[in-house]
Amino acid sequence: MRFDRDAFAGKGWIVSRGFVDLHAHLREPGFEESETIESGARAALRGGFTTICGMPNTEPPIDSPGAVREMIERGIAANAARVLPVACITRGRAGHELADMVELAASGAVLFSDDGSPVEDGRLFRSALEYSRAAGRTISEHPQDLALTRHGVMHEGAVSAALGLTGMPAEAEESAIARDLALAKLAGARLHLAHVSTAGAVELVRRAKADGVAVTCEVTPHHLALTDEWVAGSRDLAFIEQLSQADPTHPLVRSTPGVPFDANTKVNPPLRTAADVRACWAGLRDGTIDAIATDHAPHASVRKDVELEAAAFGITGLETAVPLLLAGVAAGLAELDTVLAALTSGPARVLGRELEPDDWVVIDPRREWTVTAAELASKSANTPLLGRMVRGRVVMAVVGGEIRFEDTAETGSRSDEPALR
Amino acid sequence: MTTWTRRHVLSTEDWSRAEIETVLENAHAMAEVLSRPVRRAPALHGRTVILFFAEVSTRTRVSFELAAKALSADVVNITATGSSVEKGETLLDTVRTLQALGGDVVVMRHSAAGAPYFVAERTDAAVINAGDGAHAHPSQGLLDAYTLRAKLGDLEGKRIVIVGDVLHSRVARSDIHTLAPLGAEITLSGPPTLMPAAWRCGSLPERVRYEPDVDRALDGADAVIALRLQRERAEAGLLPSLREYARVWGITEARVARMRPEAPVLHPGPMNEGIEIDAAVAHGPRSLIERQVTNGVAIRMALLYLLAGTPAS
Repeated sequence: MRFDRDAFAGKGWIVSRGFVDLHAHLREPGFEESETIESGARAALRGGFTTICGMPNTEPPIDSPGAVREMIERGIAANAARVLPVACITRGRAGHELADMVELAASGAVLFSDDGSPVEDGRLFRSALEYSRAAGRTISEHPQDLALTRHGVMHEGAVSAALGLTGMPAEAEESAIARDLALAKLAGARLHLAHVSTAGAVELVRRAKADGVAVTCEVTPHHLALTDEWVAGSRDLAFIEQLSQADPTHPLVRSTPGVPFDANTKVNPPLRTAADVRACWAGLRDGTIDAIATDHAPHASVRKDVELEAAAFGITGLETAVPLLLAGVAAGLAELDTVLAALTSGPARVLGRELEPDDWVVIDPRREWTVTAAELASKSANTPLLGRMVRGRVVMAVVGGEIRFEDTAETGSRSDEPALR
Repeated sequence: MTTWTRRHVLSTEDWSRAEIETVLENAHAMAEVLSRPVRRAPALHGRTVILFFAEVSTRTRVSFELAAKALSADVVNITATGSSVEKGETLLDTVRTLQALGGDVVVMRHSAAGAPYFVAERTDAAVINAGDGAHAHPSQGLLDAYTLRAKLGDLEGKRIVIVGDVLHSRVARSDIHTLAPLGAEITLSGPPTLMPAAWRCGSLPERVRYEPDVDRALDGADAVIALRLQRERAEAGLLPSLREYARVWGITEARVARMRPEAPVLHPGPMNEGIEIDAAVAHGPRSLIERQVTNGVAIRMALLYLLAGTPAS
């Protein structure tokens, strides 16, 4: 039996088109101790994402048609979320020569990105933008001036000054974006900017869009909710005051400080200031930001259970996106429809694809649950939300009309009941 | 005397004035022990203090070792060169070893800011941070406060100038977080490239200001603390040359003369004489640098006693 969205009427649940994540690190091949395509695709479903774009910074990187097809096949075999491969912009992600973009696109690559590294060479990046038109796919660039962020482990500001940690200034992202926008204009090509995180970045994109540059951008749930104060041990959401006024009973209002220097707060781009978070919400509201993408970055404990400076960058995001974003909605920072559009039609537009007509997600927005390693389908649990009670949970995810994830305790259907199987 | 509830000494940033005073008062009693013919008290008899130094240090390690021995503790050294730290052993491995060894106190130095928090979370021992990256060096901040109080009396309203590489200095941070709660007004001076941008641009901690002109910073000051300048800062493009640094920010006799009469000069050591401080100043009448070293033992005894000592019967 096919999914019947009217079956959930009157429960106060959210029924939405399935979410599309433009940015997930699935770690396979090469880092299977952190995540596999299968575990990542299952984590995606539990987070409401019925389509995920797998980033190519694997080992070896996804820079050949064979590697693209392998990701597609493993994604199909996982029988969970749809897995769309992102292929490298440059061969080996080395930033020296272009990958075979037309062939990669023909094999099924939906975007190009050297994510984790920017394409530093401006001439090569211009070529990539121009050549991407022949491939008919968009370039998703990771905007970062590597010289300005050298040795950096967190956002540069008052918090990094107090902690004695090397900072990554907002300007390192903004100056890279300024270059990328100029080159997109020059190339007359579409450009997508991954994980914008600063007020200045949002403003640059806003102006470029007004100037007619064919640019889109994404923001992560953690950059919409957490701040650099988290590195110093705070566990207050950036909008905790609005949230506690709007709903004093919300579980994320209850916050006790964590340990400073927690490696799970280390992410690139780094957690920014509350003012940056506000600017990201404003960008989401006015359409400057097209999509919410998780930048799900799982890491095995060996890379995170270390001192902050030695830790890998990254936060897992697929399964915690819904509660963080719903908290923002509860705090009045955006309408629910705005957030849902940024999780569905927004990213689909970036990909130049239609939304899958029979992909759906059902969310119980009142359901409270605690983020623990055991609760997460991801193989990794490197999130600073670990141990926190949150509100809002996916109870069903449907792919191509088939229910691929269901929390039967919630939906009330029994496993022997064929109607919802 | 104020009650003491801390399990670890990781940074004085979140300490109350009363907690700082408690350490200083205890250090005073410890200084008395150190002045006796037999410099030994039984307060830590039967306790084990592990000195875990994953970054080279002689002064601080020896100071803690003397402090622990003066309190009759058993002392075990784990240094970077003598252990597996250099063979790629992770900090977590080391923590497990420390836990298995069963020390009562771990005194640790590490190049990574925050490493003592990592250890404190994962062991039953009390942890004393003896310097973590550019973050904190609380016993240095406390011994500087002790040394300045002995010379200047109450620090309320006293103008203390910290000169040098504040950006990379755990000493500067701990001095700020110890002296400011005691009422001192702190002026930071030094090259703009060696000052955290946020502090240069006005979002400074309470009771702290930035004055790039060291002469103006020193005019009428009550004390100056010169910071060690790492020679590699010039190579990293943060300074034109050490020679220029010495001329523009070095603590010379002429600069010392700008302060109030008898205003003292401190330095956490080891010094680069002729760069951040002139030899004539370092060994001159205003210098409290050797006093800092002596007081350091008393401060460290106080910390060990407060964390692990059994009250004298």
